[in-house]
Amino acid sequence: MQTDERFTDATWPASPEKATLDGKNKYLGFWLFLGGETVLFASLFATYLALKDKVPNGDAALAKDLFELPLTFVATMLLLTSSLTSVYAMYHMKNNHFKQMQAWLVITVALGFGFLGLEIYEFNHYVHEFHHTFTSSAFGSAFYTLVGFHGGHVAFGLVWIISLMVRNAGRGLNLYNAPKFFVASLYWHFIDVVWVFIFTVVYLMGMVG
Amino acid sequence: MANEQSNSANPNVDLKYRRKKNAEEMKHQVLSFTLMIFFTLLAFAAVGIEGFSHWFIKPVILLLAVVQVIFQLYYFMHMKHKGHGTIALFLFSGLAVGLITVLVFLTIVWI
Repeated sequence: MQTDERFTDATWPASPEKATLDGKNKYLGFWLFLGGETVLFASLFATYLALKDKVPNGDAALAKDLFELPLTFVATMLLLTSSLTSVYAMYHMKNNHFKQMQAWLVITVALGFGFLGLEIYEFNHYVHEFHHTFTSSAFGSAFYTLVGFHGGHVAFGLVWIISLMVRNAGRGLNLYNAPKFFVASLYWHFIDVVWVFIFTVVYLMGMVG
Repeated sequence: MANEQSNSANPNVDLKYRRKKNAEEMKHQVLSFTLMIFFTLLAFAAVGIEGFSHWFIKPVILLLAVVQVIFQLYYFMHMKHKGHGTIALFLFSGLAVGLITVLVFLTIVWI
């Protein structure tokens, strides 16, 4: 099958992301990568849980002093919603609706930027108001490494999706780029999966004490 | 992960069916998203509302997170579809190693 072949709505395969051998291999390989990412994030969670609230003296801020419910809630809603909008994008991809797919991806990216902005504000707030920095305590190092790694994944995901959108803007959908969009959306969902554990284990459990 | 190419003599009839199937699947996705938001609200409420003991809150919000992630993996990331055996193997091996790491760090690190 010619991967750059032009398709009509009727000839477009039901699962375009897996219609070619290239697509199938990308899909499988990407999940192997996600298995590795699971180990990476689990190790960071383990480090954080072991070093939580381990500070050098009584003046240093602890988890329950730092975290606030409203900010975490808004960030969570932004990221969860961006997961749904990327599902909408893939729905339109399967229906061969390129423009709608791009539109939903733009919304996804905008929500992602909102999340990232909040995280930058949050870190800045901790550093200036609480002197909670990467080097101030074992707690600080573990916290910024875990949450920062997740933030880095969000930033990478944004660059990835934007590159795909720009690169394929004039080309439309074909079996060459459908798997690329699909794999990027999987990555975006995985970022959301990690965040679910971050907001539960780091923020909510941190506020409980 | 079968190659689901259309074999229909009249692709337009097939197209109609596929569109309907996709729309139905999208409806399930929106439903699972609603549930995920609901679980998130519950978890935040458990922490936000005063009066619950932390022995109650912690296991409950962890359980809510696990349920929510199952929705995310099986619906949004399509693991409920056929042909995801190898993928489940990758993910669950990663998870097994990861959970052991968490257990080990929690039990042997003290400062």
